[in-house]
Amino acid sequence: MEHVTAYLILAVAFGLFMAWGIGANDVANAMATSVGSKALTIRQAIVVAAIFEFCGAVLAGGEVTATIRQGIVDTAYFADDPELLVMGMLSSLLAAGIWLLVASRRGWPVSTTHSIVGAIVGFAAVGVGLDTIKWGSVGTIVMSWVVSPLLAGVIAFLIFTSVRLLILVHPDPLARARRFVPMYMFLAGFVITLITLFKGLKHIGLELGAAQAYMAAVLIGLMIAVIGKIFIDRIEVDRKAEKKFHFHTVERVFGVLMVVTACSMAFAHGSNDVANAIGPVAAVISVAQTGIVGDASAVSLSILLLGGAGIVVGLATYGRHVIATVGRRITELTPSRGFAAELAAATTIVLASGTGLPISTTHTLVGAVLGVGMARGIAAINLATVGRIFLSWLVTIPAGAILSILFYFTLRWAFGELA
Amino acid sequence: MTSYLARIFGSSPVAPLQAHMDRVYQCAKQLIALFNAVAADDWQKVGEARQRITELEDEADQLKQAIRGKLPRNLLMPVARGDILELVLVQDKIANRAKDVSGLVVGRRMRLPPQISAPFLAFVARSIDAVKKARKSVRELDELYETGFRGAEARLVESLIEELDSIESDTDRMQTEIRARLFALEKDLPPVEVMFLYRVIELVGEIADMAERVGRRLELLLTY
Repeated sequence: MEHVTAYLILAVAFGLFMAWGIGANDVANAMATSVGSKALTIRQAIVVAAIFEFCGAVLAGGEVTATIRQGIVDTAYFADDPELLVMGMLSSLLAAGIWLLVASRRGWPVSTTHSIVGAIVGFAAVGVGLDTIKWGSVGTIVMSWVVSPLLAGVIAFLIFTSVRLLILVHPDPLARARRFVPMYMFLAGFVITLITLFKGLKHIGLELGAAQAYMAAVLIGLMIAVIGKIFIDRIEVDRKAEKKFHFHTVERVFGVLMVVTACSMAFAHGSNDVANAIGPVAAVISVAQTGIVGDASAVSLSILLLGGAGIVVGLATYGRHVIATVGRRITELTPSRGFAAELAAATTIVLASGTGLPISTTHTLVGAVLGVGMARGIAAINLATVGRIFLSWLVTIPAGAILSILFYFTLRWAFGELA
Repeated sequence: MTSYLARIFGSSPVAPLQAHMDRVYQCAKQLIALFNAVAADDWQKVGEARQRITELEDEADQLKQAIRGKLPRNLLMPVARGDILELVLVQDKIANRAKDVSGLVVGRRMRLPPQISAPFLAFVARSIDAVKKARKSVRELDELYETGFRGAEARLVESLIEELDSIESDTDRMQTEIRARLFALEKDLPPVEVMFLYRVIELVGEIADMAERVGRRLELLLTY
C-alpha cells in the first residue's frame, strides 16, 4: 500500500473529530439529567463524565468497537483490495461526523450510533456490493434499536414503582429514603460492575472467574452504598424549604443517589458510544499496519484511549455549554425520577455493550424517561417530541449512508483509484 | 443549540394551578373588606375593594388561559387532562362569583340592615374560609404529584377536603339562619331591596359551594 501514512493520519484525525462530536453533544444529553435535577453542578458533571466516560470506553468499550469494525461488513470481501475497506471506513467516519455536526447545530434528534452504522452499510452496499454486508448481524443491531428503549422503559417503570411503594407513600418518607436509598446505590454499583466484569477485562490484564466477578461486584456495590450512606446521613432538614415542599429533603437524599447513577450513565455511554468513533479507526489501523484485512485480533488499548481522550476534549470544549442549556430545561426531572431513568438506561446500555450491540444512548434514555412517565412519575411528557425522536432514526440512516457513499467515491478519486 | 431531550418534558401544570388558586383566594378575600365597608357605609372603601376584585379576577382569568394553552392534547400525564381543565375552571368560577357579587353590591348601592349585619359578615367570612381551605388543598398538589397520588399524602389531602366540606356545611347553616332573620324583616323593607338581599346571600353561598367543588375535583384526582 502506498498511502499508509496518509491513511493513518486521516483515520486518527477523523476518529478524533467524531469522538469530539460525541463528547460535545451526546455526553451532554447523558449528563444533563443530573445537572437539571441539581444533583451535580456543571463543573462536577464534567469531571464525573470525563472520568467515567473514559473508564467506560477503556474497560468496556471493546466489544462494540469490534462490532463496528468487523461486525457490519464482511471483511473477507476486501481481501483482494484492502484499500477499499480503508477508504470506506474513512468516509463513514467523516460522513457520520459531519452529519452529527449539521444535525446538532440544527437541533435535530439524531443518534451517533445510527449515523455510523448507516454510513458503514451505505458505503459497503453501494460502493462495493450488497453481498459485503453481514445482513444477519445488521438485522440484530436494528432489532436492538427497538428493544433497548423498551427494555430501559420497563426497568425504569419497575424501579420508580418500587421507590414509590418503599418510600414515597409512607408517612415518614425521609426516614424511609435514608434507609432504602443506599440499597439502590448498591444495586447500581453491583449491576454495572457485574456486567462489565462478566464481559471480561482481559485487555487490561485482568481475568476473573464467575465467583470472583460476583464477589468483586458485591464489594464495589457495598463500598458505594457505605460512602453514599455517610453523605446521606449528613443531610440536614431545611425547615423552611420543607414547609413549601414537604419532599425537599427526601429529594436531596435522592440527589446523592443520582451522583452514583450519573457515574453509571457516563460509564455506560463511554462503553457504547466511544466505539462509534474508534471502531472504524481500529479497522483502518489494522489494515494499514498489516496490509491484510483484519483477523479478529482484540482492539488495542491505545485506540480505546484515543477515543476516550477525544470524548473528554469534546466535553470540556463544547459539551459544557450543551449540558448547561439542557440542564436548565429539564428541571421537571427531580432526583427521585432522574435516578430511576438513569439507572435503567445505564443498565440497558452496559448490557448491550457487553453483547457488542451498538445502541443509541439517547433513545434508551428517552425510553427510560417514558417508563417513569408511565408509572405516573412525571408531570407532563410531550409525546409529539418523543415520536419525533424515535422517527429520527429512519432519516439518520439514509443520511449517513448517502454522505458516506459520496465521500467514498471522492476519496477513491483523490487517491487515484478511479480513473 | 437546542436539545431534543429537553423538549420531551412538557411544562407541569402544578405551579400555574397553584398560582391561579392563590389569585382566586386573594380576589374572594376582598369581599370581606367590601362588605365591612358596606356595613360601615364607607363607599370609597367599597369602590376600592371592588376595584381590587376586578383586577384580581382579570389576573386569574389570564392565568387560566395560560394553563389551558400549555396543555396540548398529546401529553402523557399522571392525571387526565380533562380533570386539570375542570379544576382550573371551578377555581376560576370562585373569582367570577366574587366579581358578580361586588358588581351587584356597587351597582345597587347595597344597604345592609343592621339587624342582619353581624351574622351576614360572619357568613361572608366563613365562606372565604372555605376558599382558603380549598387553596390549602390545591397547595398540596406538588406533593400529590411527587407521591403519585397515593399513600400518606393522599390521605392528608382527603382530610383537608373533609374539613372543607364541614366549613361548607357551616355556611349552609348560617345562610338558612340569615334568611330566617331577613324573612322577619321583610314587611319593613322595600320589596326590591329584599329580593336583592336574598340574591346577594345566595351568591355568597355559591362561593362556598364552588370552593367545595374544588375539593371534589381534587378528590377525583385521588381516585385513580
